[in-house]
Amino acid sequence: MRAYERLQAARAKGRPGALACISSLFTDFYELHGDRLFGEDAAVVGGLARLGGRAVTVIGIEKGATTDEKLLRNFGSAHPEGYRKALRLMKQAEKFRRPVVTLVDTSGAYCGIGAEERGQGSAIAQNLMEMMRLSVPVIAIVLGEGGSGGALALAVADEVWLLENAVYSVISAEGAASILYKDASKAEKAAEDLKITAQDLLSLGVIDRIVSEQGGDFALCFAGLQAALAERLSALCALPPEALLAARYAKFRMLGRPER
Amino acid sequence: MMLKRSLFKRPKIALENGGEDFSSFLQECPGCGKEITQGELFENLHVCPHCGRHFRLSARQRLAILADEGSFIELDAELGESDPLSFPGYAEKLQNARRASGEGEAVLTGTAMVLGQKTALFLMEGGFMMGSMGSLVGEKLARLFEHATEERLPVVGFTISGGARMQEGILSLMQMAKVSGAVKLHSESGLLYLAVLTDPTTGGVTASFAMEGDITLAEPGALIAFAGPRVIEQTTHKKLPEGFQRAEFLLKNGFIDAICERKAQRETIAALLAYHEGAREGENDHASL
Repeated sequence: MRAYERLQAARAKGRPGALACISSLFTDFYELHGDRLFGEDAAVVGGLARLGGRAVTVIGIEKGATTDEKLLRNFGSAHPEGYRKALRLMKQAEKFRRPVVTLVDTSGAYCGIGAEERGQGSAIAQNLMEMMRLSVPVIAIVLGEGGSGGALALAVADEVWLLENAVYSVISAEGAASILYKDASKAEKAAEDLKITAQDLLSLGVIDRIVSEQGGDFALCFAGLQAALAERLSALCALPPEALLAARYAKFRMLGRPER
Repeated sequence: MMLKRSLFKRPKIALENGGEDFSSFLQECPGCGKEITQGELFENLHVCPHCGRHFRLSARQRLAILADEGSFIELDAELGESDPLSFPGYAEKLQNARRASGEGEAVLTGTAMVLGQKTALFLMEGGFMMGSMGSLVGEKLARLFEHATEERLPVVGFTISGGARMQEGILSLMQMAKVSGAVKLHSESGLLYLAVLTDPTTGGVTASFAMEGDITLAEPGALIAFAGPRVIEQTTHKKLPEGFQRAEFLLKNGFIDAICERKAQRETIAALLAYHEGAREGENDHASL
């Protein structure tokens, strides 16, 4: 499949989002709300859950399945309070030595007046810094769209996985087409040139694993994902925190090293 | 507005005129519409003497204003080239940017003295693809923060950026995480990072190291944004409030510590460094990667 087709698949109606994924992968999900600073952002869902016998903190960006839900969740575009809630839950996970699983599906952080007034840039920046040194394992899974800084703010992790047709990009294909090619209709070319597919990202060293979608059977896909998560979390939880943090730093540090 | 002629020697900013004297050339200030001569502008650190509008500066011009003469030691001046996606047209754009700016990349890094105090320093170059952050910008910044951590130096950084370098795609985005990690290790070592945000600072730079300082200053009137005003108007179809995303707006909303006029920057930065002199002696157990 070409990049643009995968992008369409990643955005397709009916594709399972973060909440659907949470209910498939985990048991006993108990949602926790609010950033304790400004408010609650329904674009970001997070809370406690179990994966097999292990307690975890799970945080996802949810676009919403129905029209009402999409409005409630702002189409999965988070405000600063969403990122700050996520950080609060990650710090809580660190306190109680729980690993963190994040589920990313967003076209990007919200671009609006309130988001700017409340420091969208600052909120994302804090997450990048703090996630790099969070002393419990973090696995980030991009389910659909991994839209720029709004996705990265939940994806500074020990391992970053993508579903087979998910994409991860610095800018939307449409945005890149209009800025770089001065022609919004060239989104297909931009999607190709930007190298946003799981296979491209694996080759570039940006992601660590591609999760098979089992030909569109998401029940089967999530069963496989659940098994893989359980295995990797066990392995990462066995590492001393210093080793975990050193490896996490090294993983991002080697991205974009000079060629000579 | 008088330039404070104080402790320090007048900065020598080269007028890029190939020997010809342009000092009497007139320019209209886009802020107040009044005419200013090039000479006046130069004398006044490229700030309009009538309305105080701060004109944009190159990295080298800032260096001349900030650092003690001859004290700058550049780091990683030549890191080669980066075109990780072999993006159509990018190699040529890079060449043009080098020619236009005279710099190898969109950030200048090194160490320097500011009124006698040693610091690591980065200055972004707006003339190089609008200060956008590609892999080499990220690499230079990560190396600078790592160097400062090892040498127990504070970091002073001036930002100007359109954000991520789109032609480097996802690897441009990853620089935000990479640099943030290096900033965090520097911070855990108990060292000071002082960020000075200049017009414009936007996108992925705002959403990473521009907003990670212990102390964050901004130049008057600087546009500081995650999403630029045009994008927000297009997304929300709302008229933006007066002064939206300017330095004064960020100060009011609590996202910067102070606004610092250009003529006061050298002394202000030196004074802020002096408060943290003790930090350089401190031992640290954390940053042991």
